[in-house]
Amino acid sequence: MSATAVHSLWTTAADPIQKIDAPNIEYGQLSPVLIVIGAAVVGILVEAFVPRKSRYHVQLFVSVVALAAAFAAVVGLAASGYGTTKAGIAAMGAVAVDGPALFLQGTILLAGVLGVFTFAERRLDPVAHGNRVDSFAAQAASVPGSDSEKAAVRAGFTTTEVFPLLLFAIGGMLVFPAANDLLTLFIALEVFSLPLYLLCAVARRKRLMSQEAAVKYFLLGAFASAFTLFGIALLYGYAGSVSYATVAQVVDGTVETVNPALAGTMGNDALLLIGAAMVVMGLLFKVGAVPFHMWTPDVYQGAPTPVTGFMAAATKVAAFGALLRLLYVVLPGLRWDWRPVMMGVAVVTMLGGAIVAITQTDIKRLLAYSSIAHAGFILAGVIATTPDGVSSVLFYLAAYSFVTIGAFAVVTLVRDAGGEATHLSKWAGLGRRSPLVAAVFAVFLLAFAGIPLTSGFAGKFAVFKAAAEGGASALVVVGVVSSAIAAFFYIRVIVLMFFSEPRPEGPTVAVPSPLTMTAIAVGVAVTLVLGVAPQYFLDLAGQAGVFVR
Amino acid sequence: MDNLIALLVAAPLLGAAVLLCGGRRLDAVGHWIGTVLAAASFVIGAVLFADMLGKDAEHRAVGQHLFSWIPVEGFQADVAFQLDQLSMTFVLLITGVGSLIHVYSIGYMEHDERRRRFFGYLNLFLAAMLLLVLADNYLLLYVGWEGVGLASYLLIGFWQHKPSAATAAKKAFLVNRVGDLGLSIAIMLMFTTFGTFAFGPVLEATGETGEGTLTAIGLMLLLAACGKSAQVPLQSWLGDAMEGPTPVSALIHAATMVTAGVYLIVRSGEIFNAAPDAQLVTTVVGAVTLLFGAIVGCAKDDIKKALAGSTMSQIGYMILAAGLGPIGYVFAIMHLVTHGFFKAGLFLGAGSVMHGMNDEVDMRRYGGLRKYMPVTFVTFGLGYLAIIGFPGLSGFFSKDKIIEAAFAKGGTEGWILGSVALLGAAVTAFYMTRVMLMTFFGEKRWQPDERGNEPHPHESPKSMTIPMVVLAFGSVFAGGFFGVGDRFVHWLEPVTEHTHGHPPIGATAVTLSTVTVMVVGVGLAYLLYGRRPVPAVAPRGSLLTRAARRDLLQDDFNHVVLVRGGEHLTRSLVYVDHTLVDGVVNGTAASMGGLSGRLRKLQNGYARSYAVSMFGGAALLIAATLLMRAV
Repeated sequence: MSATAVHSLWTTAADPIQKIDAPNIEYGQLSPVLIVIGAAVVGILVEAFVPRKSRYHVQLFVSVVALAAAFAAVVGLAASGYGTTKAGIAAMGAVAVDGPALFLQGTILLAGVLGVFTFAERRLDPVAHGNRVDSFAAQAASVPGSDSEKAAVRAGFTTTEVFPLLLFAIGGMLVFPAANDLLTLFIALEVFSLPLYLLCAVARRKRLMSQEAAVKYFLLGAFASAFTLFGIALLYGYAGSVSYATVAQVVDGTVETVNPALAGTMGNDALLLIGAAMVVMGLLFKVGAVPFHMWTPDVYQGAPTPVTGFMAAATKVAAFGALLRLLYVVLPGLRWDWRPVMMGVAVVTMLGGAIVAITQTDIKRLLAYSSIAHAGFILAGVIATTPDGVSSVLFYLAAYSFVTIGAFAVVTLVRDAGGEATHLSKWAGLGRRSPLVAAVFAVFLLAFAGIPLTSGFAGKFAVFKAAAEGGASALVVVGVVSSAIAAFFYIRVIVLMFFSEPRPEGPTVAVPSPLTMTAIAVGVAVTLVLGVAPQYFLDLAGQAGVFVR
Repeated sequence: MDNLIALLVAAPLLGAAVLLCGGRRLDAVGHWIGTVLAAASFVIGAVLFADMLGKDAEHRAVGQHLFSWIPVEGFQADVAFQLDQLSMTFVLLITGVGSLIHVYSIGYMEHDERRRRFFGYLNLFLAAMLLLVLADNYLLLYVGWEGVGLASYLLIGFWQHKPSAATAAKKAFLVNRVGDLGLSIAIMLMFTTFGTFAFGPVLEATGETGEGTLTAIGLMLLLAACGKSAQVPLQSWLGDAMEGPTPVSALIHAATMVTAGVYLIVRSGEIFNAAPDAQLVTTVVGAVTLLFGAIVGCAKDDIKKALAGSTMSQIGYMILAAGLGPIGYVFAIMHLVTHGFFKAGLFLGAGSVMHGMNDEVDMRRYGGLRKYMPVTFVTFGLGYLAIIGFPGLSGFFSKDKIIEAAFAKGGTEGWILGSVALLGAAVTAFYMTRVMLMTFFGEKRWQPDERGNEPHPHESPKSMTIPMVVLAFGSVFAGGFFGVGDRFVHWLEPVTEHTHGHPPIGATAVTLSTVTVMVVGVGLAYLLYGRRPVPAVAPRGSLLTRAARRDLLQDDFNHVVLVRGGEHLTRSLVYVDHTLVDGVVNGTAASMGGLSGRLRKLQNGYARSYAVSMFGGAALLIAATLLMRAV
């Protein structure tokens, strides 16, 4: 049954003999999402029924097992051809199961596993009252500095709810790039955004800053969601449907059946253009493109660093996936309208991120602006509107997410009495004191800068090549100039770490548990492997680069 | 059998790797490892030679393809070897003389604590030189070319604690860079013209290529040859290179590496044949250098520098012959081989003298040494007779043929070149007799050095004298063996092609004049240095003598023209760099920083401003989208 038929079910209620079909759900093809969401629900039950002492271990176990199972399901689906030949649309037209969706879901799940590892790190902070503590507040609901907070710390409480929250967010992110109608898109957006707002608010140290960040993120996120929702309404008014396929057909002019109730608005190009711009704006907010980027530095800085790392990596993957699908599946007929606009956005994003990053003095804010610049680079690949454009963006996202999680994981290690020492001046001479940590961070910075033999170079090369072949050479020129500007502040940190005198009361580097070590090691390994031998993964992304319609 | 070719290079390369990476553990056996591997390379060469002799002349060239080096669309470079008669000649010379000098060095470097490293460098040199002559394309040849340059640099500066040695190494390296630039330009020109680097296709295609291009390639190859073979105007490094240990001077700066330029020109014969202008320049360079080196050789009191001048001069003969085209190629190579024997022998003799004289190099402090070191005297004397072209010895056959070929070039050019070559023969006889007389004859003139150590001249150990004896045999018989019945001509003809030249005055007349001028040169030297005592302090001398002592002002010329000029150029460039380039760069950086500072003020921390920015952005986005449709 097609989407338009479902739709007419509701609008032509007068027909008495219309049969209602039970919705047909392909559980197998949706299994990655179902596993993760199911595990999140289990996590909530764990909070309710499992004794406080064992919750941490149970949550960690449930999360890792669920993510691993979901990843196995993704690999299984891809192996049985759902990424290529058997690609199709599941759940009554709501969710696409195709190459890009599976590739990005796999990436998100791997980022999620590393995220869980950094969330579960309990060796960095000193032991408080005989309890090992993590990066999260003892009791998120207690007012910072209040007696109840002190009591919670004394009692050794920990916010183990972060694990189910993380799983909910991942569940939403899995649906987001696969969403095949506008409503599913919106619901997925909210499902993954709301847990992130909460996660941003639960830092153990600098709680006020963390809460401020969460409120800003929430307010601005809600504002952006409102635009998206309004845009969806306008598109519905234009096409008479929320299904991607139908909207695309109406844009192309291949569907002429006018819905009588919408006769006044259907086919009105003003609705289409304004609606599309508004939906796109909501997605640009999530990827952090200029001028919708202003939440990024404040939220990245205020949120607990493990959350920042996960969010920076996975949100970007999910949001770019959704943006790709929207532009390539719904709006290809409109590409002469959106391409120049998106080019403008890409240019100001690349330049804006790179230029403002120059004067940053906080490592987390620096990485936030760097992520803005990278959003611009990825947009260059999106704008290519060629199959190479899709695959290069997929590759870039995978490469970028591992670098990002690894880099933020290193940030959690460098600490002084006040927790993480994020001010850049404190990083001076780190290379003398902890050569290994500094060297690892240098690898990540070089990857951000796009130096050859790191994944950053392979990714950047792929997107710029796709953009140039897609007729956007000007964008490539701006991209290379921005990369040069960006290289300045990445290299500056390296110079600071290795060629400056260490400060007498500088930070110490904490020795993490195997969890964080694994996250960092995987980050370095993927960065180098994708940099030295990218071809296999480029081919993989190339195979996965076709959207189902 | 052909697969053995790679082993020729591999054996010394293995030696270099083992010796240079092995560390102090190998100090005790390092020199044996190096010598054995050099000898192994010689044995392999001999086996391949025997195999080659078993085939007919047309089928002697063999090759071995190792692997594809740079396989890019339109740019194919292979690591592949080619062993023909020309390469084989070099292989035997390099590994043969090389092995002998390894043996000699065991004794000569006995008291040097860095002997293992020395042998490592020597092996590295052998590997690079063999790669140079075995490569089947210009790009691989270039690798060997640079490799021998590196080895030469390392060995000239081997006693790096002496500032003069370090400076000499640097000088050799820098001057050679100029020549190397020529070779790299030549290779690039070949690639753009022929689309390949391989000898075969490049040389076959010369027929269909414009003469202008070929002249350009030829001149660039000549520049490369001038650098490596110390020809005017890139000759200035060779004299200073004598700062290196004497075995190095014998092997690298007399017998083998400095002749690489001759190899390059002969190997590229087809290019030069089709570019008469390049050939003419080559002969001029050869003629000028052979006189230049000979004049410098007359004035030097340092035995090694006198021999260095002689080397330069003798290579001038070879370059001259190579510039003559098919009438000269074979004789250039023949003189190269005989010169390899007698000049290596002379250098080893000089080393032996120095060994017995507390490393004294000033010939005015020698005298009468024939009584103290008889073996050295005899072997050196035979080398001396060979180089002046004493009838029947090696140099006589090869040099005489070159002079004959120079006359045979024909026309005024032929007369001029022939006369210069003849004059050079006279000067050669003069300065070599001078060396001989000052060193081995007359009264003893040595004195205690600054520390009061009186030298006690003595014969050198067996490890040093045996190589000298072997080389002396070569100096005596090689020329006759090659020359009688044109044996060498027939051997090389399939590779280099050969036309018999017809000198305007007849071959016998040329030979007679050569012998006559030789006798005149010897006689003059005897009158000046044999009949009267040699002053212990050099007399002031004529203007020419003083100029020759300063290497005919080569360094002064380079200093005034190149160094001063270069300094002025770099100063002006630095000025431009500081004001203009840095100005633009720093200005950009400063303006970026300023822009960054201003933009970050937009990030004021208020959610309301952020929301306004988003709202404005959304409005812009929508407006732009609508506008795109409108236009």
